[in-house]
Amino acid sequence: MTMTHTPQSSGGDVRLSQISKTYGSFTAVHPLDLTVPAGSFFALLGASGCGKTTTLRMIAGLEDPTTGTVELSGEDVTALPPYKRQVNTVFQNYALFPHLDIYENVAFGLRRRGVKSVKKQVEEMLDLVQLGPMARRKPQQLSGGQQQRVAVARALINHPQVLLLDEPLGALDLKLRRQMQLELKRIQTEVGITFVHVTHDQEEAMTMADTVAVMNGGRVEQLGAPADLYENPATTFVANFLGTSNLIEAEVVEAGGEDLLLRAAGTKLRLPAARCSASAAAGDKVLAGVRPEKMALAHADDAASVTDGHNRLPGRIKDASFIGVSTQYVIEAPGAGEISVYEQNITRDGRLIPGAEVVVHWNPAHTFGLDAAQSLLAGKTGAAGADLDEEAA
Amino acid sequence: MAATETTGKTTGKTAGTTPRATAAPLRWLRRNVVILAGLATLAYLILPNVVVMVFSFNKPHGRFNYQWQQFSTDAWTDPCGVADLCGSLGLSLQIAVWATVGATVLGTMIAFALARYRFRARAGVNTLIFLPMAMPEVVMAASLATLFLNMGIQFGFWTILIAHIMFCLSFVVTAVKARVMSMDPRLEQAAQDLYASPVQTFLRVTLPIAAPGIASGALLSFALSFDDFIITNFNAGSTVTFPMFVWGSAQRGTPVQINVIGTAMFLVAVLCVLAGQMAGTRRKRSKK
Repeated sequence: MTMTHTPQSSGGDVRLSQISKTYGSFTAVHPLDLTVPAGSFFALLGASGCGKTTTLRMIAGLEDPTTGTVELSGEDVTALPPYKRQVNTVFQNYALFPHLDIYENVAFGLRRRGVKSVKKQVEEMLDLVQLGPMARRKPQQLSGGQQQRVAVARALINHPQVLLLDEPLGALDLKLRRQMQLELKRIQTEVGITFVHVTHDQEEAMTMADTVAVMNGGRVEQLGAPADLYENPATTFVANFLGTSNLIEAEVVEAGGEDLLLRAAGTKLRLPAARCSASAAAGDKVLAGVRPEKMALAHADDAASVTDGHNRLPGRIKDASFIGVSTQYVIEAPGAGEISVYEQNITRDGRLIPGAEVVVHWNPAHTFGLDAAQSLLAGKTGAAGADLDEEAA
Repeated sequence: MAATETTGKTTGKTAGTTPRATAAPLRWLRRNVVILAGLATLAYLILPNVVVMVFSFNKPHGRFNYQWQQFSTDAWTDPCGVADLCGSLGLSLQIAVWATVGATVLGTMIAFALARYRFRARAGVNTLIFLPMAMPEVVMAASLATLFLNMGIQFGFWTILIAHIMFCLSFVVTAVKARVMSMDPRLEQAAQDLYASPVQTFLRVTLPIAAPGIASGALLSFALSFDDFIITNFNAGSTVTFPMFVWGSAQRGTPVQINVIGTAMFLVAVLCVLAGQMAGTRRKRSKK
């Protein structure tokens, strides 16, 4: 079988228009528009069951969309079966052919397209992923990291327009995962192919991708550059799923100026109007969000020393855990619930121990505003925020 | 390895405390009891075959080959020396081959259908496929004969073949289904993703991965068909297969040639297994 067009080394763009997938009464993906620019590293991030893998499989052609179209480099491929699409996938558990050795696994795609002499290309590709000496081994004789590299090589050798990666690092241990993250990023820069990467690991998405689409319940919650998503989450889900956020229920007292004036927990808070994604007329309810590493603590006795113009919340330290680069405090703030504060360990105030009365304060510019009509807990993933903070601190 | 470890431990213990009066033979027995049990089991398995082999070199007085008289290779030099023996052997081999082919092809298809697709009668088929294994053979043989008789079908080669395919089928389905079920569906998706058309995917990925299951189903079919007596006896009419020949001749006397055929079959089977194992180890070595 020969392909209609010759493989090209540069990537193509992916355009999804109103694409959706329903299984019976369950909607895995709600109608969705998404454009992945050619040559970019794009991540679909979300918890399991959010529709990210289904979206990926629809691009690959392994799943038929219920509605909508898939375009690759401007060509509508919605009706094409997977073997006629210039797209290759790195599967979650690699899906290496157990009956073929590494060499034949990598050569598989070329042979199916009727390429006669595969030797040179296969050897080059095996060198790229540093597996030359392993060519004649069977997949089950390789370690997880090596199998992962074979899966990448097997896909990349076909010079697809788009490479799809379905949780490719999920089966690896943390250290190897970090190493492979950098490795994949290097390969992507080198070959210039468009990468669409599906992951539930927010840290992985932020380290590797140029653009991240956060998915939840079959919808894209927010799309943007990693730093942008982190600094300006548009929903509570994104605020909680990417790192940790303190969300404080508040009411707008005064609108119109550069800053909104809020009333929360019996005190006044300032929020830059430009950073509030919700409607903010006086009397509206909003959620004021702050990242824990942007907050600081002062002992109640030193309350007077807090910088003028900072937002303040009084509270009591409920818990403090020392984790090396920073100390993570949980503050019980009346009317605002529990507040997480991450203090860098530069100068440690010996009085900041559980039970101490403190003032939490932060620069109002670091506050973001969200619509109050959402769950405060959406996207909370337990310990997921902890890793991120190590980098932030 | 395990044995040396145990020795080390016992000597260590006895050195520390007062040497206990454990009799040396008893200790030896304790260490080697697993090996002895293994050897005994092996002997239990092999002894009948050895007897068959030894008696294929016998030169019996009279018609029955039950008592050792004297060594002779007469039967080995003239294996077809008994009337109808080689004819029945040929027929049995022929039936076994065709039953294997038929049961393997049909059984593989059924196994794929059961493992891969959800259809209305799936649960029913799944249960029914086990019926030939669960049913007493003699009952099945009798009812099958009744069926053929009522349909007015002439007993002979074809009725035997149909019956054999029927009971071999369930073994093939079981063997292949287990293999297909344990196969990751993503392998086929990966093949399609790598430009393999559905036909190529089946030939290059699905079939090679299912092959061990198919092969074991086929081997089982061959052995079962070649060896079957009860069902064949009911549905053969005047046709005589090898097991029927042996049964029939046992009434009047057992020719040594039966032992020759039996020994030959045994040796062929052992050779097949050895060849398979050697091929396996060579493949493994070349990988490293």
